Amino acid sequence: MIVRIMGEGQLRLDAGSLDDLNRLDDELGAAIDSGDDERFRAALLALLDAVRAAGTPVPDEELVDSDLVLPYAEAHVDEVRAMLTDDGLIPESRTS
Amino acid sequence: MGILQRMSMIFRAKADKALDRAEDPRETLDYSYKKQLELLQKVRRGVADVATSRKRIEVQMSQLAGQADKLQNQAAKALELGREDLAREALTRKSGLANQITDLQTQHSNLQGEEEKLTLAAQRLQAKVESFRTRKETIKATYTAAEAQTRIGEAFSGISEEMSDVGLAVQRAEDKTAELQARAGAVDELLASGVLEDVTGTAKDDITVELDRMASTNDVELELARMKQEITAGPSGAAPRELEGEAAAPAEQPATEPTQEGEQR
Repeated sequence: MIVRIMGEGQLRLDAGSLDDLNRLDDELGAAIDSGDDERFRAALLALLDAVRAAGTPVPDEELVDSDLVLPYAEAHVDEVRAMLTDDGLIPESRTS
Repeated sequence: MGILQRMSMIFRAKADKALDRAEDPRETLDYSYKKQLELLQKVRRGVADVATSRKRIEVQMSQLAGQADKLQNQAAKALELGREDLAREALTRKSGLANQITDLQTQHSNLQGEEEKLTLAAQRLQAKVESFRTRKETIKATYTAAEAQTRIGEAFSGISEEMSDVGLAVQRAEDKTAELQARAGAVDELLASGVLEDVTGTAKDDITVELDRMASTNDVELELARMKQEITAGPSGAAPRELEGEAAAPAEQPATEPTQEGEQR
């Protein structure tokens, strides 16, 4: 399984670490729904740490799709929420 | 995987949209490669922009630190001359500068982090672009248009995903740099307007003027005292005796101090 951390690149993870990630992803989803940036940041950092610890970086020259994508560490909860709405990842949507 | 899966779907959709699919997939490969090279240029420019901002902040930090040093020296000098009020003023201004410096330090480490990330992103993208080029040439040389379609697959979406990500990273770096440049501009203005320069710069500020005035008054008083002493020493007062007297005077003080300490105990 390939996971991309935005701005950092891709990591390869065993399917075995999925359970942990699922649990952390649930918390991230709940944090986004709550709109609480502190809670969101804690959940995001926990998830990023778990992915970094369990994964091996994909070599630079390898061209491969990601199965999962994680926001970058400094992302604000509102930013990520905006990414998840229909406008998607287009930065200009923040100004509207 | 709720959020993560949704994000990857959005990513893929965006990457797909970015592809202008031509009739012949081999043309699409060339077009995409051109876009990749453009993006690589953009990322490198981004790295250079961030580095420029970082250097500008470094210059400002050293200017402010220099001014803080001057104020510290002024405070010491003022205290020596017994002017606590002036010393206090100098230290107050210095603490104002210290806040500015702390703020700049934060910005500086922000930019450093951004620069590192972008530099790595540029390296990553370059390696991927190079590997895409090799793959593209192989596909073009080996397959017909129809066959190429099925061979492009993951190489294509892989690079598109990387391009989306790097594109967004550059955008974020540019936003951050623009924001910091506006703030750096404000510090430049502050430095140039003389608000800070007046305190310590080449043009004499109020503290310096006061210290200079006091120093010269002090010098005059000392000179006068010395001259008076010469006169009162009388005609027989030969120069050697006076020198002995001067040399003896400082030696007396340390001698008395231990006695005082002894009495206190």
